[in-house]
Amino acid sequence: MADVSLKQVRKSYGNVEVIKGVDIEIEDGEFVVFVGPSGCGKSTLLRMIAGLEDITSGTLEIGGRVVNDVQPKDRGIAMVFQTYAIFPHMSVRENVAFGLTIAGASKEEKDRKALEAARILQMEHLLDRRPSQLSGGQRQRVAIGRAIVRDPEVFLFDEPLSNLDAALRMDMRMEIGKLHKHLSATMVYVTHDQVEAMTLADKIVVLRDGIVQQIGAPMDLYHNPANLFVAGFIGSPAMNFMDVEVLDQSADGVTVKAPALDPVKLPGVGEAFTANSKAKLGIRPQYLSVAPDTHAGALHGKVALVERLGTETVVNVELTRGGRIVAALAEDRPLELGTDIALGFDPGQAHLFNETNT
Amino acid sequence: MAIVTQDNHGLRLAVRYLVLILVALVFMFPLVFMLVSSLKPTAQLLSDTSSLRAFLPVGDISLENYAAAFRRAPIGLFVFNSIFITLVTVCASLFLCSLAAFSFTYLNWKGNGIVLSVILATLIIPFETIAIPLLLWVSRLPWVGMEGIEFGWLNTYHVQIVPWIADALTVFLFVQFFKDLPRELIEAARAEGASWWQIYRRVVMPLSGPVLATAAILKSLKMYNEQYLWPLIVVQDEAHRPIMVGLGYFFQLNVAWGEVMAYLSVITIPVLAFYLVLQRAFIASIASTGVKG
Repeated sequence: MADVSLKQVRKSYGNVEVIKGVDIEIEDGEFVVFVGPSGCGKSTLLRMIAGLEDITSGTLEIGGRVVNDVQPKDRGIAMVFQTYAIFPHMSVRENVAFGLTIAGASKEEKDRKALEAARILQMEHLLDRRPSQLSGGQRQRVAIGRAIVRDPEVFLFDEPLSNLDAALRMDMRMEIGKLHKHLSATMVYVTHDQVEAMTLADKIVVLRDGIVQQIGAPMDLYHNPANLFVAGFIGSPAMNFMDVEVLDQSADGVTVKAPALDPVKLPGVGEAFTANSKAKLGIRPQYLSVAPDTHAGALHGKVALVERLGTETVVNVELTRGGRIVAALAEDRPLELGTDIALGFDPGQAHLFNETNT
Repeated sequence: MAIVTQDNHGLRLAVRYLVLILVALVFMFPLVFMLVSSLKPTAQLLSDTSSLRAFLPVGDISLENYAAAFRRAPIGLFVFNSIFITLVTVCASLFLCSLAAFSFTYLNWKGNGIVLSVILATLIIPFETIAIPLLLWVSRLPWVGMEGIEFGWLNTYHVQIVPWIADALTVFLFVQFFKDLPRELIEAARAEGASWWQIYRRVVMPLSGPVLATAAILKSLKMYNEQYLWPLIVVQDEAHRPIMVGLGYFFQLNVAWGEVMAYLSVITIPVLAFYLVLQRAFIASIASTGVKG
């Protein structure tokens, strides 16, 4: 196993820079997930680690060795692709043992390692089948098996579950999590699915337009987002944002108000705010709750949309004094459209972002 | 109303079949004429051409033309030569052109787009324009044979093979096919430690069955059916002549048309057998390339 270090890594296609000076340190045995919207450069970054894309500038180290100009085969990596990329003309056994065949391993070694990988992934019974005879989930297991047998220093996963249906995705997510514990390997995983990111990662790297927005543990990102983008990207449903005016800033918090919100003091908010400045208030839908009509600081409005999910109810509320807000209320609530509703929140759970903090 | 619709449908079907049969007959007439005429003496053959009897095996029917044709020309040798030249050229062409296409598609070398464009541009140059320069070239080229280094390739098999191995159309077919292969397969193989040669041999070529069949069929037909001008220029000795040049044996002072037809029938047999065996692949290849036969 090995650590991975990216220092001021950049990638350009002609005049277009897609990775803009990325610094990431991945510890030995760590599970790191790159997340971000489409086109943010997360897959490109992974492919640069794999050696499938050249690095325009900067330094990439794997296991303390600079590998900028090292061929993929000599980097000690194994990669799992979104489209599985298993060879259709080979049996599962041949696919799993492909890397060993290339390395000139003996038949006994290939069979032993293929069987070992199949056992870990519970697919011993599939070894003699062709890829066309497998389901999507089974094919992805084969792709993972192919990565395992080579005993790589770093596993790279490029959206490996995106082509699977929801149920299979959950199963495979658990499998990958178990695999990481079993192998204690360094794993770098790209996804746009934040559930995958939150559940699998030791550390998440949030990317936007080729720039790292924040690196941290999943809950760190959830509770302490560095900027508006991370706050809006991490968490589902997405965080609500409201333009507010800062009325007062003191040692015990910042007081803000908005057309839809009476003045409220936010404790524990930093000193980056000055009185009479503009800011954005962020409230996670999960931290909103139905409040009594008379509740001070409540947000009043009418129910515009209700999504009953069984364990929670997502309510879209049209605020009386302008704007919309989404609340994720615990438990099933059969709310009628158009009914008046008041939503309260704990100011201690709210986030405040200044205008430079986008 | 339903009955009327059914009648219309039946009529349309009948007209369609009639048209198809007529078209099929138009294409079959030359073949039937050749086979039937090969069984007739030349005098009867010529007199029958003014009537439908030309397409019917009637009158003085025998295999005499075949016997005469075999006496006049070493047909077995010519057929062997053509099959040998075709086989070697097709195998070498598939290997070399697929390698070139692999390089154009997957290896990101500077200027590969320009080189590919130049190769494809050669498709529009008729062979006749380069025949003489090529002749001057091959007549001086060295060759390592059984008796050491010799200069000049004339009157050999390889002079009929080597110039036809590199082929823009075959390169184009492979490039198009390789571009459609999922790129992740290549990248997965690279990540697994495969060299470019191993990727070509173990991943790309085993998946290239359809394009191999297409390219092989088109190249085989070209090599077997259309090799006339070049061998006529570069091969003077009988031992290396292909079938099309052998046709010249029958156009002496008095043309024996019956023997010509017998010769043509014999040399058509390998092509027909080839077609019948690979009928499905043949149709698929024509459909996939849009190339007319």
